[in-house]
Amino acid sequence: MKSYLTFLRRCFQAAFIGDWRYYTWLGVLTVLCFFGLNAYANQFVSGLGTTGMTDQVSWGVYIANFTFLVGMAAAAVMLVIPVHIYKNEDLHDLVIFGELLAVAAILMCLAFVTVDLGRPDRFWHLIPGIGIFHFPGSMLSWDVLVLNGYLLLNLHICGYLIYCRYCGRRPGKWFYAPFVFIGIGWAVSIHTITAFLYVGLGGRPFWNSAVLGPRFLASAFTAGPAFIILSLQLIRRFTEYRITDKGLMALRSIVQVAMLVNLFLLVNEVFNEFYTSDRAAASSYYLFLGLHGHHALVPWIWTAVTFNVISAVLLVLPVSRRMGWLNVACGLAVVGIWIEKGMGMVIPGFIPTPLGEMVEYTPTLNEVLVCVGIWAFGLACFTVFLRMTIPILTGKVSSENAK
Amino acid sequence: MSDPSTDTGVTRRSFLRTSTVLAAGAAAVAAGIAPLRKLGQFSSVDEFLQKHYKELTPEEMKTVLSRIETEVERQYGIRPHVRDYKPMNGVEYVYALNLTRCVGCRKCVHACVAENNQSRNPEIQYIRVLKMPNDGTFDLEKSDPVYTAKAVPEAGSFYMPVQCHHCKNPPCVRVCPVKATWQEPDGITVVDYNWCIGCRYCEAACPYFARRFNWSTPSIPKEQMNTNMSYLGNRPRYKGVMEKCHFCIQRTRAGRYPACLEVCPTGSRKFGNILDPNSEVSYILKNKRVLILKEELGTLPRFFYYFDV
Repeated sequence: MKSYLTFLRRCFQAAFIGDWRYYTWLGVLTVLCFFGLNAYANQFVSGLGTTGMTDQVSWGVYIANFTFLVGMAAAAVMLVIPVHIYKNEDLHDLVIFGELLAVAAILMCLAFVTVDLGRPDRFWHLIPGIGIFHFPGSMLSWDVLVLNGYLLLNLHICGYLIYCRYCGRRPGKWFYAPFVFIGIGWAVSIHTITAFLYVGLGGRPFWNSAVLGPRFLASAFTAGPAFIILSLQLIRRFTEYRITDKGLMALRSIVQVAMLVNLFLLVNEVFNEFYTSDRAAASSYYLFLGLHGHHALVPWIWTAVTFNVISAVLLVLPVSRRMGWLNVACGLAVVGIWIEKGMGMVIPGFIPTPLGEMVEYTPTLNEVLVCVGIWAFGLACFTVFLRMTIPILTGKVSSENAK
Repeated sequence: MSDPSTDTGVTRRSFLRTSTVLAAGAAAVAAGIAPLRKLGQFSSVDEFLQKHYKELTPEEMKTVLSRIETEVERQYGIRPHVRDYKPMNGVEYVYALNLTRCVGCRKCVHACVAENNQSRNPEIQYIRVLKMPNDGTFDLEKSDPVYTAKAVPEAGSFYMPVQCHHCKNPPCVRVCPVKATWQEPDGITVVDYNWCIGCRYCEAACPYFARRFNWSTPSIPKEQMNTNMSYLGNRPRYKGVMEKCHFCIQRTRAGRYPACLEVCPTGSRKFGNILDPNSEVSYILKNKRVLILKEELGTLPRFFYYFDV
């Protein structure tokens, strides 16, 4: 127990120690967080009218970012499966980074749904046992359960693993392995259920498609590992932690396959929507081609498609074995999927409305600031988690050298 | 990077540095949350802790109703009479709307706003009248919900008012994560404005664009307030919650017609008890040609369109 408290204290201290780059980066993120906090305070006082949302388009960038980030959180499983099921040695030491990213991503998800609530003060109505929880009827209640469960699972897995490294012992079998395997199924469930939130709405043909769930998983398993590759590049550049090229190449092949599956599923969706000239495809027309003179999302979706295709080509070619090109491919994949799955998936579901009305959506500055604040908060969390973990992984901080 | 394991204890310099950082942090937090000063009246503890409508005992309901009367009086400067109207036994309401007769005058829209104390700024309307072209199609994408004709009906058009369909299989009720919206025994789908968390999932689920959200604090001039109010119906709503048509619960459960029906100059609107075989709506469903909007979705509306001839 005493050793555990010392561990926590030393982790906490480690978060405040770094060179000027570390302080600058965290300083910038903190300032952005405060901008976000200020914007949210405005929204809290005046209501969601401070956003660009309307009764016609009643979800916007908050839910778009939420959806994208659930995918980022689920993507940790793409490292867990090779390591724990196929005993991949190259990725073994990298799993922890995926799990830390999952924790930060879930924190961002929870923040994004909270800022989207009209009555955040009535948050307790959602707590099982205290409020009234519409389970299993409402998909949103499932989402509350699986997201919070996933957060706890990953906190346990990361915390326990790092503590064991700190103590210099192997993780206890029953305290670790069962959670890792539950975590694999759980990761798939968080993103499937988030997809079911949309799929379950019969009045919204754009979402009411069986391929949406598989598309969610494929895009998550592309964007998540791509983001992890980019973070690992930074870790190996700015810290003393050794990351092998082999580990990065193993991740590259995951992103490669996932991106191809993602594009394949997109083609399926597009064919289904456009070939039959079904009027239910109105939202797809709006998204890809514009409809009745409205085309706000057209440049966005084609940017996303272009980024994804370039990224796929780079990933397939041997050129992306070179780190520079690999970074370009991963960067394009993350941005492309963020657009495709965020704005490109949530917004068109509302346009046209079920009564055929065309009302477009543009986020307001206040709304964008709230998003920037939450992203800054999440990146700060991820940075601090890495800052605490890396000295333990390198053995610099351990129970041996505790005073 | 410096070594995190070096622990140097508290020196004067580090103490000064830490205090400066903490002070700057506190100042930044204060600046960040400064807009909260404009919050004004925060919800009372009683309001915050209030239970779900269905869990309130009759005594608790009495307290809640009188608290709401006081709240409304404080906010709008007029004391209302808020009641909790209960459903009648053996009654299931159904609405029928004659598409042959409707002329698109929108009197129903405005009567609804006045009766049900909708926010005037921004104005919230429960009924949306679609102007549809008489061109051999029935395509909602060709409809115009914001037409501004000087005189109606316009040649070459017909009109279709849409409001909550009070479905027997309501998607909005199914998706609500906190059961803040449900179907009453007489078929009315209601919202507990004190329980809704404002996630707007029901608004995304509704295929009839029938639900409305309070994007800001509603504003209603005192002289336009209808003081005959019901808990599940037309009492003023809060910022950040959903609302919708409730078949004028404060009227219909007292044996009157909805306001939209009473004001209709063409007699296009019919309302009644479908369980009574002699009611007007029973006659219409048995003898007229009926259209159910989006019947293929399986929502089983209690709102029917019908045609003369």
